[in-house]
Amino acid sequence: MRVTEGKHMAYSEKVIDHYEHPRNVGSFAKDEEGVATGMVGAPACGDVMKLQIKVGAGGIIEDAKFKTYGCGSAIASSSLVTEWVKGKTLDEAGGIRNTQIAEELALPPVKIHCSILAEDAIKAAIADYRKKYGEEDGAQKAAD
Amino acid sequence: MTDRKMPIYLDYSATTPVDPRVADKMIPWLTEHFGNPASRSHAFGWEAEEAVENARAEVAKLVNCDAKEIVWTSGATESNNLAIKGAAHFYAAKGKHIVTVKTEHKAVLDTVRELERVGFEATYLEPEPSGLVDPAKFEAALRPDTILASVMMVNNEIGVIQPIAEFGEILRRKGVLFHVDAAQATGKVPVDLASLKVDLMSFSAHKTYGPKGIGALYVRRKPRVRLEAQMHGGGHEKGMRSGTLATHQIIGMGEAFRLARLEMATENERIRMLRDRLLDGLKGMEELYVNGDLEHRVPHNLNVSFNFVEGESLIMGMKELAVSSGSACTSASLEPSYVLRALGRNDELAHSSIRFTIGRWTTEADIDFAVKLLHERIGKLREMSPLWEMYKEGIDLNTVQWAAH
Repeated sequence: MRVTEGKHMAYSEKVIDHYEHPRNVGSFAKDEEGVATGMVGAPACGDVMKLQIKVGAGGIIEDAKFKTYGCGSAIASSSLVTEWVKGKTLDEAGGIRNTQIAEELALPPVKIHCSILAEDAIKAAIADYRKKYGEEDGAQKAAD
Repeated sequence: MTDRKMPIYLDYSATTPVDPRVADKMIPWLTEHFGNPASRSHAFGWEAEEAVENARAEVAKLVNCDAKEIVWTSGATESNNLAIKGAAHFYAAKGKHIVTVKTEHKAVLDTVRELERVGFEATYLEPEPSGLVDPAKFEAALRPDTILASVMMVNNEIGVIQPIAEFGEILRRKGVLFHVDAAQATGKVPVDLASLKVDLMSFSAHKTYGPKGIGALYVRRKPRVRLEAQMHGGGHEKGMRSGTLATHQIIGMGEAFRLARLEMATENERIRMLRDRLLDGLKGMEELYVNGDLEHRVPHNLNVSFNFVEGESLIMGMKELAVSSGSACTSASLEPSYVLRALGRNDELAHSSIRFTIGRWTTEADIDFAVKLLHERIGKLREMSPLWEMYKEGIDLNTVQWAAH
């Protein structure tokens, strides 16, 4: 662990890497086919995560993008899950647990809530997808 | 720019480096002249006592009081504790009500809370959105049983200067004791205890280029203010604060305050110029909010909120700058700055605030580097911020239903 300036601010190398080189930052066009959005958190709490997934044929997540307002650990958690959900089915993606995120990023106890938020963001995006397009086979129809 | 000394220190209100001239004066008193100033029977003690008294006179000169009114303590936290608890307990028979302000330092707020626990009553005044306390509201908070008021001269987070002279007049007229925490004021604003109607004033050395671990409390003699000691022992400092005097620390504080008295006028001009340069450099930025009144403010401080950017990620993105964040979101409680909240700033703005405090060794190049870095990093973080995106789309964030977690 590298300790950066400031009290309590101990970040793992992986958090720093994701913070400095965030993966998949951005947004899909609003009307893009197969896109669903999960937005979780609240500005008053200091974290808001927006996770978007783009589901293709066969119900596979083809692409993902995020925007996060939050601390370095929140940014890293959301950046990490955009990588992890790609290539997964909705059910597989929905199975990602916050403990896996926390472990991968070596989050300290005070930052566990960032990993919980990232898990919630995936679930919210999946729920949005199902609301918009029905179940996975609906996506295939939409993609046809 | 890569050969610059990193990070650049812009956190002089947290602490200052000891001025090398101060350090030079201190060292002989650790090794060669190690006597106990309370030793009356030999030359080791005599010379230490003389040096301590010279330092006491230097502290007194900076704030224009009598050296006999200065009591050494371990720092402003102890001074605040001694002043507030000491006066409240001594004058408890007169009344039990204390008035203070929500934006005080924790060393005052927690001390008053402790007094509430043992039976005193307290009013915590809300400042105006500027950070300043309205004298009329201040006066209205006083009760017949108010015995003490405590207001800081300069706020540590936003640097605003309270109208201490006005409060003093009101309190003297009402017969209420007045304690002022001046830890952030020395060397930054003139303090004239001959004209201010202040009864107790706290000082710290390490905010004014002296060492940590030493401070002082001014205790007025005319009219005389009495305190109940909080530290008992050998009866040092006229019984108000027992404990062997830390000669080298005291000498450091005396020299630091002497330099402040001689140099503050020119130094503050230079620092004001740097602060204005920093502010000018940031002015073009969208959704930038200055926290606290800019006019009634020490020149060293600039506290700004960058809307839609979270404070800790901002600090992380500015590791080349040593600054303070108003967001304590690194703690488990996710608490934004209570000072900014008291000004009526919303949680988001409180979370995204940065305090820049400029000092003796800050240069123009440091400021220019900081400005360039801030533009770059805030731009990057905003590109990453869903709140910024929504703002740019014209969505009023106050109308969004957030799922609090």
